Amino acid sequence: MFVRCIRMQATHSSTISLVTELSVETLVAPARPDQTGAVVSAPVLPVDLRVAGLAKSFAGTPIFKDVSFGLSRGEAVAIVGANGTGKSTLLRCLMGLIPADAGVINVLGTDVQNASSAGLRAMRAQMGLVSQKHNLVPRLSVLSNVVQGLLGQRPGFRHWSQSFAPIASREAALAALEKVGLAHLANRRADRLSGGQSQRVAIARALVGQPKILIADEPTASLDPAAGEDVMDLFFDLARQEGVTVIFISHNIDHALRYGERVLGLADEGMPLDARASSLSAQDLRGLYD
Amino acid sequence: MTDASRYMGLPSRYQRPSALAFLGYAAAIVIILWSFAGAGFSIDKVISSPPRFADFIVRAFPPNLDPKVLARLGWKMLETLQIALAGAVIGIILSVPIALLAARGLIAPTWINQIVRTALGFIRAVPDIAWALVFVVAVGLGPFAGMLAIAIDTIGFCGRFFADDMEAADKGPSESLTATGARKLDVVACATIPAAMPAFISTSLFATEKAVRSSTILGLVGAGGIGIELKVGFDLFDYPTAMTVILMIAVVVISIEYLSGWARTKIIGEQR
Ligand SMILES: Nc1ncnc2c1ncn2[C@@H]1O[C@H](COP(=O)(O)OP(=O)(O)OP(=O)(O)O)[C@@H](O)[C@H]1O
Ligand SMILES: [Mg+2]
Repeated sequence: MFVRCIRMQATHSSTISLVTELSVETLVAPARPDQTGAVVSAPVLPVDLRVAGLAKSFAGTPIFKDVSFGLSRGEAVAIVGANGTGKSTLLRCLMGLIPADAGVINVLGTDVQNASSAGLRAMRAQMGLVSQKHNLVPRLSVLSNVVQGLLGQRPGFRHWSQSFAPIASREAALAALEKVGLAHLANRRADRLSGGQSQRVAIARALVGQPKILIADEPTASLDPAAGEDVMDLFFDLARQEGVTVIFISHNIDHALRYGERVLGLADEGMPLDARASSLSAQDLRGLYD
Repeated sequence: MTDASRYMGLPSRYQRPSALAFLGYAAAIVIILWSFAGAGFSIDKVISSPPRFADFIVRAFPPNLDPKVLARLGWKMLETLQIALAGAVIGIILSVPIALLAARGLIAPTWINQIVRTALGFIRAVPDIAWALVFVVAVGLGPFAGMLAIAIDTIGFCGRFFADDMEAADKGPSESLTATGARKLDVVACATIPAAMPAFISTSLFATEKAVRSSTILGLVGAGGIGIELKVGFDLFDYPTAMTVILMIAVVVISIEYLSGWARTKIIGEQR
């Protein structure tokens, strides 16, 4: 509870400055993670997520088998791989949205494969997911969509719509929208947004609950280059300053190397690549797609 | 023949039916002819009916336009519409929770889906006029029995189609809300129902049209509405009044269909 309060304050006070910062920072190249690595590696880094021997197939077709990796708190990790190698599937397994065939998944101390539905909900409430498709609820306002991101922590009808939501939740939702630069669209209906705007609202929905782990499936796919950099900077700051563990899928090799401290690569029904970004070159990653 | 020689792989225009298919067609023809016999089809009656029909028309015209009769029928028509609207609204509201139980993969386990869907199938299988008879026995003669009949008829229709609408709704938003840790009920309320809402509105408007059509004949069994006037008109050989009733029903039903079509484009068309 105490920790939560501090984190809450931190975001609220930094909200306004973040927005201005974002636009300025596009001019200055963001620091490479390894240069600021000292800030990340504070005292002890508890392990947030551990996967061992994970296998998944659909209707007898294996997607991947024997995938293993672990993530420490505050790490920013890029997952890369060709289309159809199972990146999105892997993320769904991590959140327990679909069952894996074999292996162990431990997220924030929850054994995902064997957890009760209440256990899974408690785990998911501490995570944020930005899906490959934005998946906003079309007929509702942007603010309502973001308020619904709090449903895991505060179940019940008050978070069905911004109209019923407590003031604190409405403010938190607006603050999350400010982080993605869309506070001025809070009243707009979600199906009246452009693709990139929708994607950013989906990011705000994932951030509003102040997740400990943020999972993003190609978060910048539909964003223009500047907005894409802004979003990646935002994720990177979350990881560095607030100790959020960030996992993102990207087909943008530059993003993967610049913002991921570590890069995991899927190919050939497995995960042949798990390396620190500083030790990789763009050429290494291209090899993964052959 | 030249066709076949030039394009070897081209299938022939007509395929000869297999022996089994041939038996199937033959059986279908037999069943259809048999049905005509069962329905008492008679050429004699077909030939002799136009004169009798003309006789009815002649005796029914001009329709009874006596202001006093028109006022009485007008009030009865209003009661009919009230029965239809009240029954449809209650039915539509009750259909939502029932459809939640009937929709596969939503909140209820498969065995509950099956039970609820079977029950809805039973409700639909019983004709509305039979439901009216049942409720006349249960709550007595009058419009309340009619309203209950319309309500249950609407549940049979909307319960099933609301469930289908929700099953067909885009799964993306509900997956994303599930990923926030939301409970199933919250996910359904926030993602599934809003996604299915245009289909719900369309189905509800159809249900209301159907309710208006049904409500005009419930009076035949004493369940309120204008149907009783039709029955009395025919029983007393007062064909002009019966004709007025028929025309009135036609005008109202057509107007309601038009109105609901307008509402559909207004509500759903604009949202898209
Ligand atoms: N629900 C499903 N049922 C059957 N097959 C599926 C299902 N979901 C995914 N697949 C298959 O699993 C494979 C991996 O899909 P996935 O979406 O994880 O790929 P991805 O790595 O995210 O690709 P992309 O880069 O295109 O997003 C694909 O071949 C896909 O067709
Ligand atoms: Mg994918």
